[in-house]
Amino acid sequence: MRTEGNHAALAVFLFFFALVTVMGFVAARWRRPETLARLDEWGLGGRQFGTWITWFLIGGDFYTAYTVIAVPALVYSVGAYGFFALPYTIIVYPFVFAVMPKLWKVAKDRGFVTAADVVHGTYRSRPLELAVAVTGVVATMPYIALQLIGMAAAIKALGLAGELPLIAAFVILALYTYSSGLRAPALIAFVKDAMIYVVVIAAVALIPGKLGGYAEVFRAADEAFRVKGSGGILLAPDQYVAYATLALGSALAAFMYPHTLTGVFASRSGNTIRKNAVLLPAYTLMLGLLALLGYMGHAAHLRLSSNNDVVPALFQALFPNWFAGFAFAAIAIGALVPAAVMSIGAANLFTRNFWKAYVNPQIDEAGEAAVAKITSLVVKVGALLVILYLPTQFALDLQLLGGLWILQTLPALIFGLFTRWFTAPALFAGWAVGLIGGTWLAWADGLKPLHGLTLGETTVTAYVGLIALGANVLVAVFVNLLVPARRMVTGPDASYQR
Amino acid sequence: MKWHRWLLLLPFIGLLWVPFYNFREPSLFGFPFFYWYQLAWVPVTAFLTWLAYRTYSHED
Repeated sequence: MRTEGNHAALAVFLFFFALVTVMGFVAARWRRPETLARLDEWGLGGRQFGTWITWFLIGGDFYTAYTVIAVPALVYSVGAYGFFALPYTIIVYPFVFAVMPKLWKVAKDRGFVTAADVVHGTYRSRPLELAVAVTGVVATMPYIALQLIGMAAAIKALGLAGELPLIAAFVILALYTYSSGLRAPALIAFVKDAMIYVVVIAAVALIPGKLGGYAEVFRAADEAFRVKGSGGILLAPDQYVAYATLALGSALAAFMYPHTLTGVFASRSGNTIRKNAVLLPAYTLMLGLLALLGYMGHAAHLRLSSNNDVVPALFQALFPNWFAGFAFAAIAIGALVPAAVMSIGAANLFTRNFWKAYVNPQIDEAGEAAVAKITSLVVKVGALLVILYLPTQFALDLQLLGGLWILQTLPALIFGLFTRWFTAPALFAGWAVGLIGGTWLAWADGLKPLHGLTLGETTVTAYVGLIALGANVLVAVFVNLLVPARRMVTGPDASYQR
Repeated sequence: MKWHRWLLLLPFIGLLWVPFYNFREPSLFGFPFFYWYQLAWVPVTAFLTWLAYRTYSHED
């Protein structure tokens, strides 16, 4: 190994890691509130993040470290099909623009902190609230674990052996999230996103030059897929529906997750969210270019033991050592922001929709914040244990199912913003059928995201989460028509008034 | 001009109907059509969203 060079890389890495650690703790004083002992101060940063902070926070939280590793890895291994992340992260914004300001307004007006709060406030149904809350927490846990995989890949590339560095990084993260709440990832996101932009711009500007230009990169990838006999730089005709449904299903699911919703609820106004729907696609451009690193891996003739190594290996082969260290720091810090927001989102759900709903309804604001802070620690330790003691594949499979599950909360959370026609029992039945049916389909296919649907003569392969959502909505409509309509209570719910 | 809000449907049509763009040619700066077409939708979508944004009051 290049020992001296690795020292430079390590020094750069440690410098930036130390910097964000200090920032994480200082964040408690940033835009200092009267008290952090309130859930919408600790868990939503006081609902006062303006356009730029929201842009960095949602960008830092939605385009995760795992994305930076996994999207190029998928493109490296299967080609064009892995590019579905691009249409996915484009069409998500018109959806955010149309829907999220309405959701924000409901949450702001009635002091809601979580998606399940909104559902309970709209339908006054504890079962539906619990369904949305449990789905949110369960879908988020493996997502946090994946951030650890991204961080581990960066740490491994630096030549640090063993699990201790990963554990140390995560413990530090857990501590400043505990003390500063959402302000910590919001402040760190500035550093993280700036670093990732520098890395991606350097990569897409410099690497193709070393490899003979973009035309050569695509030619080399095309050649590699031909030799391998699978994949390709264009889609096969039987992949069209799979590609489109994965993009659409992922886009609809993306802002159902607790961490993305936390970013939405923490913003200052509906206008802030709409402005961000215009500005956030800048990250998508970066993601699209980043995905091409997968093809650059072919052009550089990398030999990899795992597809996930393509980005670290490319940086190590083609960047000077100190800059490789900077890039790995960017990826590792890139894992901290989403992991922090995810644990905060999960903690908010647990506190509001389980602890307050079932254990201690009389809990005061300071009590809520205390429960949420402890929960955020427990959630992170849980994710760490999953990564240390269970096979990586377990987290990946759970993450796949998590996307399917979280998508099933869409009707309960979103439909009520546009129509009062649906009732809680109908939405609950739809959720249950979508969740159980979708999980069963995915399980029967060997935990694959795609399922072959036979319609008469033709078979189309589609994203199983979207199939389940279709079943979910159909069941909800059907039950709503069959069950005699009781007038839904839509008045303000006393338990949420502040 | 509230009809601008309907422009937000265009990215869904342009990107989810794969037969529109699953081609190699015409390429641009070495990028096959499949890639630059989808990348081009990023600024186009941002622009359409901005047009829709202008139809809202900035108060809320």
